[in-house]
Amino acid sequence: MAHFEKANSVGEWLDQRLAVNKLMKVMMTEYWIPKNINFLWAMGVVLMTMFTVLLISGIFLLMYYKPDTKLAFDSVNYTIMQEVYFGWLWRHMHAVAASVVFLVIYIHMFTAIYYGSYKRGREMIWISGMLLFVTFSAEAFSGYMLPWGQMSYWAAQVITNLFGGIPFIGDELVIWIRGNFYVADSTLTRFFMLHVLLLPLVIMGIIGLHFYSLRIPHVNNQEGEEIDFDAEAEKYKAGQKKESKVIPFWPVFLSKDLFVMGVFMIFYFYLVFYHYNFAMDPINFDPANPMKTPAHIYPEWYFLWSYEVLRGFFFDVGPIAAMDIGLAAFGIANVIFFLMPVLDRSPVVKPAHKRGPFFIWFWILVVDMIVLTIWGKLPPTGINAWIGFFATIVFLVSLLVALPAITKKEAERAGGAA
Amino acid sequence: MRELKILAVVIFFTLLTYWGVEPFAHSQMHAHVEPVDYTYSDLSGLPKKGDAKKGAETIQMAGCTGCHSIESQGMPAPMDAVSASGSYGVNPPDLSSAGALYDEKFLANLIKNPAHALKVDHKFNESKPFPMPAFYGAGGDLDQEVADIVAYLKSIAPKEMEPKAVFEDACGRCHNMKYDNWTVLGEKPKFDDAVQEAEFNVKLAQYEANLKKYLGTTPPDLSMMIRSKGEEYLMNFIGDPQLLLHGTAMPRVGLTKEKAEEVVTYMEKVGDRKKDERNFLGPLILLYFILFSVVAYLWKKQIWREVH
Repeated sequence: MAHFEKANSVGEWLDQRLAVNKLMKVMMTEYWIPKNINFLWAMGVVLMTMFTVLLISGIFLLMYYKPDTKLAFDSVNYTIMQEVYFGWLWRHMHAVAASVVFLVIYIHMFTAIYYGSYKRGREMIWISGMLLFVTFSAEAFSGYMLPWGQMSYWAAQVITNLFGGIPFIGDELVIWIRGNFYVADSTLTRFFMLHVLLLPLVIMGIIGLHFYSLRIPHVNNQEGEEIDFDAEAEKYKAGQKKESKVIPFWPVFLSKDLFVMGVFMIFYFYLVFYHYNFAMDPINFDPANPMKTPAHIYPEWYFLWSYEVLRGFFFDVGPIAAMDIGLAAFGIANVIFFLMPVLDRSPVVKPAHKRGPFFIWFWILVVDMIVLTIWGKLPPTGINAWIGFFATIVFLVSLLVALPAITKKEAERAGGAA
Repeated sequence: MRELKILAVVIFFTLLTYWGVEPFAHSQMHAHVEPVDYTYSDLSGLPKKGDAKKGAETIQMAGCTGCHSIESQGMPAPMDAVSASGSYGVNPPDLSSAGALYDEKFLANLIKNPAHALKVDHKFNESKPFPMPAFYGAGGDLDQEVADIVAYLKSIAPKEMEPKAVFEDACGRCHNMKYDNWTVLGEKPKFDDAVQEAEFNVKLAQYEANLKKYLGTTPPDLSMMIRSKGEEYLMNFIGDPQLLLHGTAMPRVGLTKEKAEEVVTYMEKVGDRKKDERNFLGPLILLYFILFSVVAYLWKKQIWREVH
């Protein structure tokens, strides 16, 4: 057994047993971050904060929520919103954070695409991040069902129905997912389990993976510059703080993150107190009614773009039904971003504005996804259907065809220059 | 400087998306309606000046009290609510506060041709008459008699009413408000034992079944309506239900604008009970994070001085 000295402080006592000093170094004070970054790199900490808010507010909601179709609506709208001390605050914080977290995820994702943070050794950071996005989506959807309002019910109806489009096993799969032939109490209870237990566990696991995947390739920077982190860290430790290209996570990087987080929290609590309605569809304040379809069924804003891809193909092509093409396109839309490191065939890691055609491609993608998002909510009739169709085509072509093509050219040019 | 530029780009695209998903999409999905002005301009005016005293006699002669109670004047209801709903579909209203709640032009038209004033003539015809018969006069000048009845109702109406009382009189015979313990049979009482409770529930179920038979659907509980529909929609809906929900069984109730606002106030009080708490806490938390950000910024400046 190792030799233990009498400790003179709690810190020392812990250090002997858990090596906390070493741990602090690895995790914080000697975890090196490039100096050359902007506030977009603080989105990770903002996301972590939002996830913590969701977790804590969720625990409080869990104490009063009843996962039963007869009780769910009132347990949320009466017990939590009106009877429990500050239940309304937990609920609004939870609902608004659930919505805002996606805004930050999208900013985080587009930042990575803009600066090329998904390639040259950083593929796992990107892939684990995309895994987080997908599990967050499942988490959001399962949570959306729980208040058992009109839109909860019909969203569950529509989304679970989608699995019916899968060849051969579709119909059985739908029944298996719902636990019944239609969306019912069994569906609610299992989505409750997914939302409060299984998916949060998975998310926490993937967050760990995502953080770990950053350790070796390190965080990218504003110029895509390849930094010798060991050499730069030595400079920093030797006191050449101004010359070194890196800074430690604590306190230097976090001091900036905390400021960004503070500003973000002003925005977040402004929404919680004065604009919570944007995150709560009014239709969901009508209790679920299986006998009455709402006039318009649409998902939350963060799913609208992929929902629009799903219904973008509104006409049959030859023998293939519109529904099947839509479903295939929807499937592609949900996995295509995983393939970014492969689709981008150029080794160049630089911000988009230094990559010529890629810069144009990036902004077309952003605008197209916003168009898809907006038209995903509008009724798919007349001109709206055509706008949705073309935006879907642009989305698929830009990722599947344009991106490999322009980056291949870029790779050739880069190769030629070298 | 560069970071501010990036921030501007992020904010621009966030707002653009927000605008598209919220105001723009809503404007496309919900047809714009002109706000209801509560003047009841489609109804003819009250040409005569009424006399309350004569109205008191007319209301007796015309047989109004055969169905309606006027509790404040010592005239009780001829039937209990459940039996009345069995006969008429819905329990006829007590008239004690009608003069305060309803527009006088509306009241006059209601007496003369109820289905027309209530805008439910799409549901009733000769083979299926509206439960309240039109008033054809007690022998004298019809318009004068109607004006007298309206004058009488106004003379006995209470000067002040709580928003909750307005809701109960105007809406509470068809709509439950379970988050405020209100049922279509009245405030849900405290029960001494399970038998009493079961008896009440049977009565309630019977009343609701009658109501459903009469209207074709069970009127929704209004506890959360302020959040599912919002103030503006509710003001228009109460003023003219057909305008927003064509063919609905809900009658135009004929409230004055002021009383309709009180109904909405009450609905907000029930559906959004914590509004005051929210408005109190909001500024404090925002202030906290503003101070937090200022301190964080100063700290960042100090720390980064060493590395820049």
